Amino acid sequence: MKNRLVKRLAVGAVALSLVAAACGDDNDSDSSTADTTAATEETTAPADTTATADTTAAAAAECTEPTKIKLQLQWFIQAQFAGYFAAQDQGYYADQCLDVEIVEGGVDIVPQQQLADGAVDFALSWVPKALASREAGANIVNIAQVFARSGTLQVSFKDKGITSAADFKGKKIGNWGFGNEFEIFAALTKAGLDPAKDVELVQQQFDMAALLAGDIDAAEAMTYNEYAQVLEAKNPETGELYKPEDLNVVSYEAEGVGMLQDAIWASGEKLASDEAYKATAVKFVAASLKGWAYCRDNAESCRDIVVAKGSKLGNSHQLWQMNEVNKLIWPAAGGVGAIDAAAWDRTAALAQETKNLEGKTVLTKAPDAAAYTNDIVTEALALLEADGVDTKGDGFAPIEVTLNEGGN
Amino acid sequence: MSPLAQRIVRRFAMFVVALLFVATLWELYKVVGPEDGGALFGINILPRSNDRAMPHVWDMLSRYTRPELRSSERKIWRVVLAGAWFSFRLSLVGFAIGTTVGVLLATLMARFKVVERGLLPYLVVSQTVPLIALAPLVVSWGGKLEIFGYEWPRWLSASVLGAFLAFFPVAVGTLRGLTSANPASLELMDSYAATWTQTLLRLRFPAAVPFMVPAFKLAASASVIGVVVAEISTGLKGGIGRLIIEYAREATGDPAKVFTAVFGAALLGLAMAGLVAAFDLYVMRNRPKEAT
Repeated sequence: MKNRLVKRLAVGAVALSLVAAACGDDNDSDSSTADTTAATEETTAPADTTATADTTAAAAAECTEPTKIKLQLQWFIQAQFAGYFAAQDQGYYADQCLDVEIVEGGVDIVPQQQLADGAVDFALSWVPKALASREAGANIVNIAQVFARSGTLQVSFKDKGITSAADFKGKKIGNWGFGNEFEIFAALTKAGLDPAKDVELVQQQFDMAALLAGDIDAAEAMTYNEYAQVLEAKNPETGELYKPEDLNVVSYEAEGVGMLQDAIWASGEKLASDEAYKATAVKFVAASLKGWAYCRDNAESCRDIVVAKGSKLGNSHQLWQMNEVNKLIWPAAGGVGAIDAAAWDRTAALAQETKNLEGKTVLTKAPDAAAYTNDIVTEALALLEADGVDTKGDGFAPIEVTLNEGGN
Repeated sequence: MSPLAQRIVRRFAMFVVALLFVATLWELYKVVGPEDGGALFGINILPRSNDRAMPHVWDMLSRYTRPELRSSERKIWRVVLAGAWFSFRLSLVGFAIGTTVGVLLATLMARFKVVERGLLPYLVVSQTVPLIALAPLVVSWGGKLEIFGYEWPRWLSASVLGAFLAFFPVAVGTLRGLTSANPASLELMDSYAATWTQTLLRLRFPAAVPFMVPAFKLAASASVIGVVVAEISTGLKGGIGRLIIEYAREATGDPAKVFTAVFGAALLGLAMAGLVAAFDLYVMRNRPKEAT
């Protein structure tokens, strides 16, 4: 009897020690990250007090040990992120005394989560998704709204007759889910349709095969990626590539339900408590925006930079993407990266009003004022102006890109 | 020709015949199958036979000889082989970690009944955690953890996920094997006043081999799955999982491309299985056939 009790206790002790060991690991990793951030703080602290006020040349002169930071992308290397790779390639980060590691995304990598966990210093994310994370407790702040316009489309063949969101009624509408579908719901709501009853929503893969096969009537597509995929596919009836004339395109930006997309997010906690981090953020945003300005004027060179970094997408597809992304950024009337209060409020309002299939909205309440700040980008733009960079791109004109089969 | 060589040649011939058979079936279906799929009672069950959904076998094969991208010189078979080789090395590391941990745990559980009762339920629970939930967590170790002054590399996270799947069959199989020694033999060892370690090395482990080899086979394929899923899930660059997802994106315009990577993954699985089979032949070489 006693023997048995001892045994049970021992079993319990083993189980407990396992749990304790698991927790111990957590603490260790936490403290090690704290150590490394403390270390970066120390190295940057002497430099930043003088550097921010000075021009980039002066900062470069003082640069002895570059500050190491990590940027989390939403996906693999492609022209959607060309500005950051251009800033790296053209030495704009080095000019600001930064050593930026650009971390690629993956299917299950959530950039704003990586940021909130402290795995990276800055992250790219669409605004609605990031705000949903913020509402759930992630202290992240939008410090630069790189894409001023939404690039989401709903693409369909001409014979379906879908030219506006109101035509979605009774159709099979493809959408990606994972927080990429908010604009569809917003457009449906605006057109007076009930997403649950009036349309058939179909989960769509990240390619356009379902549209070409006729499984869905209209497919969700980004101007800079999936739309081009259709134009790179061969039409079996004509033996030639599909043409823009074969397709109807509903642009959510034009429908008035465009939500803000790619933005640079930073840790709110570190912005508030860590002056060195804030100074680094200014330098990082300045150099990144300079990279985007370079890509505006040198689309083909940026395509080559991205391809050289190891993108697997074809040449013509990549150039198309660069050009379309440029259209989403330029011209930037308020200065590139500046967060437009009207667009922000529209995004936040749509995120609160739009109900999904379960009747839930993206946000339950309005985001607090600290969810974005123009302080960083204003300082960064001042640095760029002093440097002679055109931050508005008033004269921007997109180039003409011819797509080849398979994007090659 | 020795019997072993004969057996290998026969097996290889069978493998080729089986491949040809599958290829013929594929093409046959393309001839008779409905172009746009077939529905039965309103549910799509017959796959589409058009060239976008099912490219011709020769299209897939000829894709290997063309460059990956027009801008690059590298033929796609080189890219796929390089990817498979990368993933193979990660799988090997995962397999090594997984089997080591598995055998150690099994030994511990065989030695102390208390540990077995305390630990085994956790092992079972561990396998119910979905891999894709763990993947982002483990990947974020990259750059955060340091081992002996070295930064934790991102690829090691993929290997760890492979090991996470691989250790379980090894632990359970080895435990079963270690406790399967003949009681009479155990008593004999006792009568020799053999220590527990001596009994373990001389009697229990040899007796466990028939249980361990199938467990290793499971672990080999599990480590490949773990690595490929981790690559897909976390976007780790260089491996076959990443190639599959990158090529799948281009399936709209270049449907044969993704199949080249899928066959690369199959090759990877075959290589791992072959490795364990060779190990099996080696450790079982002195065992009489009827004993197993």
